[in-house]
Amino acid sequence: MTHIPTEVLPGTEASVPGSTVAAASAPKAPARRARADLLGLLPFTAYVLIFLGAPTVSVVFGAFQDDSGKPTFANITAILHKPYAQAFAESIEISLLTAVIGAVLGLLIAFAVTSSPADGVLRHVVSTASGVLAYFGGVPLAFAFIATLGGEGLVTKGLADIGVNVSGSYLFGFSGITLVYLYFQIPLMVLVIFPALEGIRPQWTEAARNLGASRLQYWRLVGGRLLFPPFLGALMLLFANAFASYATAEALTNGVIPLVPIQIGSVMSGNVAAGQENLGNALGFGMIVVVALAFLAYAWAQRRSARWMR
Amino acid sequence: MTGGTIVRRVFLVVMGLFFLLPIAASVEFSLRGTDNTHTVSVWTGLVHQAGFADNLITSLELAGGTVVIILVLMVPTMAWVHLRLPRLRRVLESICVMPMVIPAVVLANGVLVAFSGLPQWINGTPVILALEYVILALPFTFRSLDAGMSAIPLRTMVDAAHSLGAGWLRTLLTVIVPNLRTAILSAAILSAAMVLGEFTIANLLLLNTFPVWTVQAGQQDPEVAMAASMLILIVTWILLMIMSLLGRQRRPRAPRPARRTR
Repeated sequence: MTHIPTEVLPGTEASVPGSTVAAASAPKAPARRARADLLGLLPFTAYVLIFLGAPTVSVVFGAFQDDSGKPTFANITAILHKPYAQAFAESIEISLLTAVIGAVLGLLIAFAVTSSPADGVLRHVVSTASGVLAYFGGVPLAFAFIATLGGEGLVTKGLADIGVNVSGSYLFGFSGITLVYLYFQIPLMVLVIFPALEGIRPQWTEAARNLGASRLQYWRLVGGRLLFPPFLGALMLLFANAFASYATAEALTNGVIPLVPIQIGSVMSGNVAAGQENLGNALGFGMIVVVALAFLAYAWAQRRSARWMR
Repeated sequence: MTGGTIVRRVFLVVMGLFFLLPIAASVEFSLRGTDNTHTVSVWTGLVHQAGFADNLITSLELAGGTVVIILVLMVPTMAWVHLRLPRLRRVLESICVMPMVIPAVVLANGVLVAFSGLPQWINGTPVILALEYVILALPFTFRSLDAGMSAIPLRTMVDAAHSLGAGWLRTLLTVIVPNLRTAILSAAILSAAMVLGEFTIANLLLLNTFPVWTVQAGQQDPEVAMAASMLILIVTWILLMIMSLLGRQRRPRAPRPARRTR
């Protein structure tokens, strides 16, 4: 259950901050009271600084230190070479692949559902199911796929009964991980893109049609342009989601597949040469950089689409 | 039926199969007996498996602990920001979504590095897990409580409570909390569901929880592991279903008929 990203869904963004309005009408508080007000944030700030700030800072600092604590770039140089550079390449490749396939299939599902009646059964089923499935990850997901496509899996055995023999070992490699990740990527896409699709007003479609636009022209000039920023944002979210996943890949492959999170895990359990104890920190720092870039792109796309979705 | 409709239906059916098949296969796998028979013995014997009860209790305690800490920390903080520091709402939001940018693996690694000096009762026990799960729960807790507080006239309610002579604590417990029960409940449910399935940090910090035990059990007895993993799934899905139904109730409902007296 490491994938819990609904809080950044565009739909929830729409909630109106009523308190901001109320505050604007209130008389200005004197500076002393304002400072006293800030004290109310002390418990929260302290908690976050200790339990999120301290671990993050020690990863970032550790990335630039050698075993005795002296500053060095050796760890960063190390992760830019074999085998770690390949792990980054493979992680990024899997994340991009599952993000793109997941985004396209998720968009198609969302399309198919929005054209069905708004209060219909199909829509309820799909939105509830994607709400639940998008959170599905980690151990149960890995095991479910082993039960389906593994050597003793239901599908593998069913195929053997009709004379088709597959070993099932592909499940524990690149293609297997891709397939398994799609199981949570597709529902996440449906969840994220639904509000954007619903935000396209029927009036705009009608207006385009009244002006004589063909279906293709409508999608090229109106619909496509409206959907592009949210689609791009969702793509980035899916990418970050897959890139950060550890539990599913670990439970599925027992730590054999060379993805960055798995490698951090193996450094943490001590599978590393002397003098490289900070390698895990460097890999972690690298992950933060990649995920942060994806989120910046997401935030940018979100702001672009917010212009239209009011 | 037009061609488009057929294509659409076939597509939805294929996708439906993709999502249903692994679930059906897990059920079937957990019911396997010897020589192609099926039995419920794995399920009935699950309780007696070594480590099952201990780890399940640990995970349930973790879920409870995490929910308590996050609510005690976040409900007052967010009410405070909504009432007194509305300009800092965006800042609070960006702090609360930070855990999404720090992957759980990296957080686990950081915890190992940063807290290696802490006393054993924090660092070597599930206590540290509960404390870190609160961090993982921040993003959706913020969203849930923020939506809840924006939907009610919080300031008016608090002003009314104050002018009637209630202090801060009393206002919080008897005015704010009851009016936010849906938002609080969804935050609690999401946090609990997250904790019950969390594997990454627990596994990397070498602490035993139910998901960690499940994977370990899988190395000896795949059927037991499959049943245990189904159990996690069923519990979290029930929790998430409740969530999803709660969300739907937010719509204005038809006025309730007057309560009948018996």
